[in-house]
Amino acid sequence: MHQAPRSTSPLGRPAKAVLAASVLALGLAACGGSSTSQSTSSSAASGAAGAASASTDLKATLTYGLWDQTQVPAVQKVLAGFNAKYPGVKVNVNVTPYADYWTKLQTQASSKTLPDVFWMNGPNFQLYAANKQLAPITDQVKSGAIDPTKYPKALDDLYTLDGVQYGVPKDFDTIAIWANTALFKEAGVALPTGDWTWQQFQDTAKQISDKLKSKGIYGAAAGMDGQTTYYDTIFQAGGTVVDGKKSGYDSAASQQGIQFWTDLIKSGASPSVKQLTDTTADQWFTSGKLAMYQGGSWFRSALTKGPVSSSVKVLPLPMGKQKATVIHGVANVVAASSKNKEAAQALQDYFASQEAEQTLGSAGSVIPAYTGTQSTFAASMPGADLQVFLDALAYAKPLPVSANTAAWNALETDLLPDAFSGARPVADVTKELAAKMDTALGHE
Amino acid sequence: MSSQVQVPGSVGIARRPRRRGDGVWPWLFIAPLLLGIGVFYLWPIAQTVYYSFTTFGVFGGSTFSGLDNYRQLVTDPSLYRSLLNTLLYTLIVLLNIPIALYLASLMNMPGLRFASVYRVIYFLPFVAMPTAVAFVWRIIYNGDFGVLNYLLGLVGINGPYWISTPGAAIVAVAVVGLWSNLGFSIIVLGAGLKTIPQELYEAAQLDGASRWRQFRSVTVPLLTPTIAFLVIITVITSLQLFDLLYAILGSTNPTLSKSMSLVYFFYRSGFVTNDKGYAAAIAVVILFIIGATTAVQFRLQRRWVHGG
Repeated sequence: MHQAPRSTSPLGRPAKAVLAASVLALGLAACGGSSTSQSTSSSAASGAAGAASASTDLKATLTYGLWDQTQVPAVQKVLAGFNAKYPGVKVNVNVTPYADYWTKLQTQASSKTLPDVFWMNGPNFQLYAANKQLAPITDQVKSGAIDPTKYPKALDDLYTLDGVQYGVPKDFDTIAIWANTALFKEAGVALPTGDWTWQQFQDTAKQISDKLKSKGIYGAAAGMDGQTTYYDTIFQAGGTVVDGKKSGYDSAASQQGIQFWTDLIKSGASPSVKQLTDTTADQWFTSGKLAMYQGGSWFRSALTKGPVSSSVKVLPLPMGKQKATVIHGVANVVAASSKNKEAAQALQDYFASQEAEQTLGSAGSVIPAYTGTQSTFAASMPGADLQVFLDALAYAKPLPVSANTAAWNALETDLLPDAFSGARPVADVTKELAAKMDTALGHE
Repeated sequence: MSSQVQVPGSVGIARRPRRRGDGVWPWLFIAPLLLGIGVFYLWPIAQTVYYSFTTFGVFGGSTFSGLDNYRQLVTDPSLYRSLLNTLLYTLIVLLNIPIALYLASLMNMPGLRFASVYRVIYFLPFVAMPTAVAFVWRIIYNGDFGVLNYLLGLVGINGPYWISTPGAAIVAVAVVGLWSNLGFSIIVLGAGLKTIPQELYEAAQLDGASRWRQFRSVTVPLLTPTIAFLVIITVITSLQLFDLLYAILGSTNPTLSKSMSLVYFFYRSGFVTNDKGYAAAIAVVILFIIGATTAVQFRLQRRWVHGG
């Protein structure tokens, strides 16, 4: 569930102009006082940019660990730019599918053979940082090689532990509503405009479900994934999920955040918990049986083909007591045990540069984290209003994590379905969840 | 070519009488195997047993904690639930043996055409990848759009959401387990059937035994060694249920905590919630359960297996 955005789209869609612009940006993203370098053709690959800086004579072979195969072409492009600067550093890209990524990383960490640079996500970050597996970026920030203010603050915070930042955000994702405008039209329900409330959302979903029930179509879906559903509503209600060493579930606000989904199912506006287990919310949406899917920006890549993609529009999340969305993003980190730390940090610096981020963004599968490089994502689906995901930055809250996130994630998966389905009162479930979660947090 | 016929082995025995103690040579020959077993099985088992008495850090490093893990384990309802689920699964999968016996006898009937075609058809599920099998069944079981509930609907039965209803989920998984084991059992039993001398049936026929009587008094008793083998293998593999369950139910299924097997419980403790010492304790319990069940079966075999 906390995967990086997946993409099935090949390269080549983004306009050539954008590519050229990204190449020109090379000079602007001057890294560590290197002299300006420019290349006029779009083939910025090896040798084109002959930047001369103090450390370009670095010689090393690095491993770069990541989990998303679909992003490899973009990564290779970035690496070509890196090698133009550091011809002596060879980077081997090491892709491990997400399902095995963390198991493998743990084994590598135990045997001190972690990749020199690798992808990190929020739920796992503190585990690695607290166990001294990651190199801090403190010196790179001091030297000006990395400027944390260029990335969303929520993401800097996500990769900071006890005041020390370890990871540089690479991309980000926020949550919004993917709406199927064709179903709205079919049900004769007006598409919501601008900000809207929880009540309006519930009413809209119920109207559509009532109208189109005979066709097996629902208005909305109470998917049981924290990041895309109940964390958002808990934040909107003013609650918390985890607060230091304490669970936030045992509060009235957090209970309201859960109750939102219980009500949605109870009114018939959403398929039941069982239905959503057999067929997940995103599957309901892509098969044209769901009018509103609350999901992440990464879902965009699933919409490049299929009948639904031509009638998609993005709406902001409805607001409870306040506006809120969950933000998460992958970061590049350097292993503390790396034998080529200087080269590894040079690579980390380069990935953090505007130039690299622009290249990554042009590939279209993810929203780059560097402020000002996101416009290509928003433009990648004309008419769908992807800008909503970027505007959501203003009220985004970081994905709730702790030192051993997975332990209480498992508790949520075990207990919350009973609350969603109405089998047990929400207050009972959240009370039990909070107690068990406190125990788990106490063990950390 | 020479037309001489040699009795295999006879020459060797004559030429080289067995001396007392063969020295180091036999050991050298089995050393590669022993080394492999030692490094990849025995040493890890010993380590797992040791780790089960420790609190194990996520990135290595363990501190001795005595019986803590076991104390926690015996009070953990998940242990008993997953044990019950595993036993239920094993019992259902065991049913494949009588079914396979029936089918194997049918396929062994003299004069049956296309016997090998049937054998291939029944064996295919066994060679198919469990994950692929699981995904197909996941679609069949789908509550809203699955074939199974559609067929049940035709006869007026409102089928449940098979893989998301506690209770139904483990049965659904077990049925797939039964189905995919069928082919293996049929092949093994078919081979067993071929070893029964045809004269026994002829003699039984002369004595006026019916088909059913022949099956009961000749086929089954003479097949008991094969059946015993199948029972032991099936029980061991069933107690290790993991891949089918994981792939059919999915890792975010809300019924997982109520439908998980012992090995899933182990996986979850060790690799999801990162409590590796606790997981080691579960692994030791699983090892003990499988070892004890197998030992009991070997003991019981003497009572019912022909020539056992």
